[in-house]
This record gives sequence, C-alpha cells and structure tokens, in this order.
Amino acid sequence: MQKSNVDIRSLQIGFGGLKVLENLDLHVGASEFLVLLGPSGCGKSTLLNAIAGLIEVKGGEIHIGGRDVTWAEPKDRGIAMVFQSYALYPRMSVRRNMSFGLKVARTPQSEIERRVAEAAQMLRLTNLLERRPSELSGGQRQRVAIGRALVRHAGVYLFDEPLSNLDAQLRAELRVEIKRLHARLGATMIYVTHDQIEALTLADRIAVMQGGVIQQLDTPKKIYREPVNRFVASFVGSPAMNFIPGKLARGSEVAFIAGVNQLSLTGYAFRSQPTEAPAVLGIRPEHIELTASNDPSSVSARVEMVEPMGADTLIWCRLADGTAFSLRHDADTQVRVGDTLTVRFPADAMSLFDETSGQRL
Amino acid sequence: MTAVAQTLPAARRSKRMTPARWGLYAFIFITALYFLLPLYVMVVTSLKPMAEIRQGNLLALPIAPSIDAWVKAWTSACTGLTCQGIKVGFLNSLRILVPSVAISILVGSLTGYALSLWRVRGANILFGAMMVVAFIPYQVFIYPLVRVFSFTGLGQSLFTIVIIHTIFGLPTMTLLFRNYFASLPVELFKAARVDGAGFYQIYARIMMPMATPMIVVAVILQTTGIWNDFILGLVFAGRDNLPMTVQLNNIVNSTQGERAYNVDMAATLLTALLPLAVYFGSGRWFVRGIAAGAVKG
Amino acid sequence: MRLSLNSRLSAISALLPALLVMLVVYIGATSWTVWISLTSSRMLPNNNFVGLRQYQILLGNDRWITSVHNIVIYGVLFVSLALLIGFLLAVAIDQRIRAEDTIRSIYLYPYSMSFVVTGLVWQWLLNPTLGIQHVLRSWGFEGATFDWIVRPETAIYCLVVAGVWQASGLVMAIMLAGLRGVDEEIWKAARVDGLPKWRVYVSIIIPMMGASFATAAVLLSTGVVRLYDLSVAMTNGGPGIASEVPAKFVMDHLFERANIGLATAAATTMLITVVAVVAPYLYWRTRKGEVR
Repeated sequence: MQKSNVDIRSLQIGFGGLKVLENLDLHVGASEFLVLLGPSGCGKSTLLNAIAGLIEVKGGEIHIGGRDVTWAEPKDRGIAMVFQSYALYPRMSVRRNMSFGLKVARTPQSEIERRVAEAAQMLRLTNLLERRPSELSGGQRQRVAIGRALVRHAGVYLFDEPLSNLDAQLRAELRVEIKRLHARLGATMIYVTHDQIEALTLADRIAVMQGGVIQQLDTPKKIYREPVNRFVASFVGSPAMNFIPGKLARGSEVAFIAGVNQLSLTGYAFRSQPTEAPAVLGIRPEHIELTASNDPSSVSARVEMVEPMGADTLIWCRLADGTAFSLRHDADTQVRVGDTLTVRFPADAMSLFDETSGQRL
Repeated sequence: MTAVAQTLPAARRSKRMTPARWGLYAFIFITALYFLLPLYVMVVTSLKPMAEIRQGNLLALPIAPSIDAWVKAWTSACTGLTCQGIKVGFLNSLRILVPSVAISILVGSLTGYALSLWRVRGANILFGAMMVVAFIPYQVFIYPLVRVFSFTGLGQSLFTIVIIHTIFGLPTMTLLFRNYFASLPVELFKAARVDGAGFYQIYARIMMPMATPMIVVAVILQTTGIWNDFILGLVFAGRDNLPMTVQLNNIVNSTQGERAYNVDMAATLLTALLPLAVYFGSGRWFVRGIAAGAVKG
Repeated sequence: MRLSLNSRLSAISALLPALLVMLVVYIGATSWTVWISLTSSRMLPNNNFVGLRQYQILLGNDRWITSVHNIVIYGVLFVSLALLIGFLLAVAIDQRIRAEDTIRSIYLYPYSMSFVVTGLVWQWLLNPTLGIQHVLRSWGFEGATFDWIVRPETAIYCLVVAGVWQASGLVMAIMLAGLRGVDEEIWKAARVDGLPKWRVYVSIIIPMMGASFATAAVLLSTGVVRLYDLSVAMTNGGPGIASEVPAKFVMDHLFERANIGLATAAATTMLITVVAVVAPYLYWRTRKGEVR
C-alpha cells in the first residue's frame, strides 16, 4: 500500500464573495496522522473537502503523492474518505457497499474479494457482510464506512468528523480502533474533528484552525503545553485553562502583577524581550500547586466550590482581588468550601499572552 | 512517484459549462416549452379574431389583437339554451366555493384535532377507514347519494353541493390537520388541560391559532380542488348552480354550427384564472399543499 | 390520561360528522351500490336479486370492454410516462440550475388546472384542421399528419398526452422532495468512489426513493380509475366510443341510459380494482410505520 504525502500551497477557497480559506499552506508527511481541529465554521471541513476534490478551489495548488491534483476528480486523487453520517448506500449490503467503487473501476473480481475480505477481517465485519446498513448499529455502520475507504488502498485517508454521530462510549472504542489501524497500516491520515480529546489522542500533529487560518501546527504535547495564542489555549484542554488578567513588571526580575499579587516569572521561556505591558496569564488547572503558606512566591485563595470529577477533583478558588481560577486536585482531597488555600503558579507551566493581540509572549 | 503520473489532467479549470451541462439546459428548455405551449396557445388564440385563426398559424402572435372574444366569453357565450356567458358559472362557482372551503376546513380540522390529541376509543380505526375511502372513485357513491338527497328533499341545490364537497374533502382535511396537530409538542395540550381548558376551548383558542400554516395549505388545496371539480357539480349542484367547469364544457362542446375557438379559449382561460392565480400567488405553499395532501397515511 | 365525562362527550360530538359520513356515505352508499348491482334494477332500484347477471351482461357489453381496454392503455402509459418524465424533471431541477423556482413553477402549473381546462386546450391543440398538424404543414412538412384525436384507434393516446402534461409536475414535486432528502454525503462518497453520475442515480438514488415512487404511483393510479372529466371535455368518449372510460360508462348508464343495475355493476368492478391496488399499499405503509 502506498503512502502519499499531501502538499497544499497557498490554497484559496470562497463561496461567492465569502472567503473561507485564504493562502493556506499545509504539508502532511507520508504515514503521518494529522488532525484538523477547530470549532464549527473554522474551515476545517472545507479544507478536507478540498483535498478530496469535493469543493472547487479558487486558487493555489494541492499535491498528493507528488502529483498536482488541484483539478483532478476525487476518484483520481488516490484518496479515500469516511463521512460523519457514514454515507453508506442504504439499499446495498455491506459487501456491496465496500465493493461497489472497485467494481465500477473494473477491478478484477478476485482482487475485490481479497480486499473486501481483508478489510472486513481487520474491522471485524466478516459476519456482517450480507447485512443492510439499516440492520447495523451506529458503530458498525461507521466501521463499514471505514472499510469502504480501506478497500480503495488509497495513499491518503480522509476522515470528516467520523465519530461525531456516536455516543460517548462507542466514540472512545472507535477512536482506539482508528489509532490501531493507523499503527498497523502506517497510512497517511487526515482527520477533521471539533473534539480536542480525539485530536490529542490520535494525532501525530494537530492543526488548530480558526477563521480559515491554521493558528498552530504542532505535536499534541506542544499544542497543549505551549499554545501560540489565547484561542488555541482556550480551545484545547478540559477543564479549560485559567486566564488571569494583569501586567508584566520588570524589577529585579520579570514578574506578573495581578491585582495585589506578584507572581515570579523566573524560568518562563519568553519568545522575545518582555516589555512592561498589560498581559494575560494562562495556566492549566492541573499545573497549579498547593504549597506551604511560607513559600514566598505563593498566593492565598478562598475555596468557592468543590467539584468531584471521579478521578480527581476540580477546586474553584478566588483571589483576594476577585480573580477566579480552578485547580485540579486528588479525588480524595479534604478541601472544603470556605477553606483558604496557599497556591503556587510554576512559571515553566505558564503561558503568557499579549492582552491586545492574544499572541504568546 | 513516476514522471508519467505528473501529467495528470491539470487543466479543466472551470466546470461551469460542460457538454453535459449544455444537454441539461437543452432538456430543461424543451420540456419547459412542452409545458408552456398550451398556455401560450390559449392566450394567443383568445386574442385573435376568427378570420385570423382560420387562415393563420396556431402559434403565430395575433396580428390585430382584440379582447372581443373575452368579452363575448364572459357575457354572451351560449351554454345550451341560455346565452349569458361564463360569468354565470363564475358566480355559481364562487357561491359554491366559499361555504364549501370554510365548512370543509372547519369540520376537517375539528376531526383531525379530535383524532390526534384526544384518545377516543376507535379513533385509529376511524382514521384508517377514512384514509382507505379517500381512494375510492366517486362513481361508487354517487347514485345512492343522489337518492338520499332527493329523499330528504334537498335534491340538487347549493346546499347539497356544499355538503358533498365537505364530505369528499373530509379525508384529506382530516389527514392534514391530524398530522399537523400530532406534530405539535403534546406538552402544550397538557398545559392547556391543566389550566382547565375544555375540548372546544383548546381547539378554538390554542390549536387553531397555531395551525395558521395548515389553514393556508388547506385553503389552497380546497380552493383549487373545488374550483376544478366537474363531476360533483354536474350531479349535485342543480341546473341553476352549475359550476364554471360544467358551463365551460357546455359552451365548448355543445355549440351548434361553427365553433368560435377564440371565445372557447377565452372561456377556458377565464375558468383557469382562479386556480392559476392561487398557484402563482401562493408559490411554495402550493407545493407544500401537494406534499401534505399527497402523503396519504 | 383519563378524560372527564364532559370532554369525552365533546370529543365524541366533534367526531360525529366524520362518523356519520363514514357510516352513511362511505359504508352505506357503497353497500347500496353493491346491492343494486346484484339486482335487475333499470331506471329505479328494485330488490329483485339476480346474482351476478349484471356482471355477465357487463362483460358482454362492447362499450364496457372498450372502456376497460382504454383504461388499461391509458393507465399503463400515463403512470409510466408521468413517473419517467416527472423523475427526469426532478433530476434536472436538482442539478443546481439557474432560475430553479421559475422552471419548477412552469413544470407544476398545469397541475393547478382542472381536467376540463386541460382537455379543452389539448382538444384545440390536437385539432387536425387548425392545430399542431396545421402548423407542421404550414412550416413545409406537407405530408405531416397528427390527427390522433379524430382516429378511433389513437384517440386514447391523446388523453395520455394531456394527462401526462397535467400530472408530470406533481410527480416532479414529489420526486424533488425525495431527491432533496438524500444525504449530501452520499453524493460525496459516490464521487470519491468514482461513480459516474448516471450510475449513482441508477444504483443508489433510485433504490433509495422507493417511497417517493410508491406515493407518486398510487396517486397517479387512483387518478386513472377516476378518469372522467378529461374524456368528457376532450373527446366526449369519441370518436364513436373509441375513448370511453369506465367512470364515464358508469355516469352515462346512471343518468342518461337509465340502467342503474349495469352502472352499479361497473362501479363495483372499479371499486374492487381500486381496493386491490390501494390495500397492499396502505398495508405496506402501516407496516413500515410500525417498524420505525
């Protein structure tokens, strides 16, 4: 099975006067699992449909496996696609659904049977081959849809929110299955989702999109730890990152002033020379540490609400100046509403953003 | 990747006008002509004097357009013995139409309401039976109905034809309103019951005001249906109340001597005028009416 | 929910008209019609039971045989042509064409007009002296003949032309609703699979539209059995009895030829035909309703 890379160069897409994508560049390596993540309307599905050839582009080029396929028909692009609504042909059996495209392409019968059997075995569909889509559960239907893509032996597999119509448990199961499939086939996969858990668990790299622009293209770890702007920071992570408004101050050392509290920034990797300006401090709930009250860099906060979440507990606190934040703690924490906690914000886990531009400092 | 693969069709930038697309538009154009031709011929024929019709081409535009035929069709065309034009039929049709539409919608909506929201024993059987009989041709009922009406002394009259339209409109109207009321959130009905509203109060104060879209659809459906009726009007309306369709047929098909095609076409257009106005005036509502009326059961 | 006596009575009172119509008109009148067909009634109904005599007479009646023959020709051609044309029109409109609303209005407007109007217009168009034949000849096609309407063996096809013209728009509307209900992603999947468009329609879309086809076919078929106005207005059953249809046979024998025994036998035959078509359809619809 060949593994194609995908190269997108200054792609432009618009409907009428509306520009959806403008000058978008993206390179996906062979065998890479790339996730396009973003809220609805960010252009991620549009981009995927453009790669598939289902939307006409206004400008730019799309190369798949080294070939310029910008104006090629979908079937000639060496792609396969899995859809959110499964898009199974309702009046055909599972076997026919999987083999129909090959049959139309005049693939030899023995080859068709071999590929269908192989895909069915891989997806545990062998016993369901003679059923109609209406006789299958949601999870089975989506496995059939994946099977229909697999038999094409494509260079790139495209997934358009494939798990969005499933309930939480099935979603987790199929997520694992897709990851296993990628590990086994080593195929190039481009996967669109608005679910950040899916993105973080599946991707080699994530492209976070908003407003038709790729905000950040990085490994899941980098995206999570070092978001490049406030949008990425707030979109990825659950429970959400805390944002504390304040300003930067340069004394003997660089510090963040939030109301009456001063937080040390020693150890924070600034991207450029810090200046004294209003800024927003972002920190994830699990990175805030409880500490002893005599720690000089600590601040004290009052507990307003305690949310047990099973594996751990989310504690909602408020600083003396009114700033609210949440922190993650053990499941068996003894903290009660009304307690006063002493907490520390480790500088190496922080993200600082410019207040106006929202860019990482 | 080999060099051969590099030369994939990178052309075909615009897919706007492919040969298939030309074929599509040609098909649409030709079919549109087939559908428009009769209307066009009706209009041009009605505007030509007879001499021009006899000598000229059916499709030609009138050389000396005149509305004489329209005036004649309206005021003095002969239906058998009387020569008062089709306006008599127009007025008759109106007198039949207004009460028939109103009463059939009233009865149909009430029946649909009772069948959808109130659990009356046997409601489903009644509804199912109504759907079955909606398909039966009138010829099966006509003779006994004529006898029943003459026995009750109503005979053929305006009153009779209104009742007849109500009867034969009942299945469709019931279906329309039953389905609509069944699609409303049942909590609304429950809340009204908790508030102490009775059967007719809920119908008049809550359900019917909400059913405005369905009422519009029902009016469209019944107006075109009743206006276009021929057989029921012929049998039940009586000599003095014959609807426009019947009179039109009499004007055209029972003339002695040479036929005045221009008058015929003017009369035909006049008869089609109201349903056409309803159709073009109501736009998508008409389609909605078809959809609602079409999905029997 | 248990209803109070009061509202129960109100509900029953509201259903009274429907109940009355069901019992008196539909069941009562139908039974009476069937009964008359088993008697020797001529001008007035009598109760002289003669078994299936009227049906025997009916089967030997030329006019009836012609009527049945005609309605079969009309029915098969009308239903299949209207389905075919209506479907093609819907497919054409579904291709994201320009001026979609206008085109749709043009296809559908004939359906708003009565059969009488339809019949009279086509009678005029098909008139051999001044109609389409005349136009063709004036364009130089000297030998062109299009005189179906005055020839006994072809008159019924004229009714088909007019009927299809009137009803194709209805089929188009039903089919278009069905086509618009097809999931956009099915189309995308088919494109990725590399299926040509016609193949998608034939192999995927048409099998999916079973319900639309069934609805349209049943609607058209019930129209076939009722066919009366069109025949009256367009040919009045002529030339001779060449375009007679069963509904007209019933009406003529009821009101002009004063042979109600024979008329009701014909009407009962129509009833049985309709039930044979509609009953399986309704059964299928309810079965489907229960499954979902």
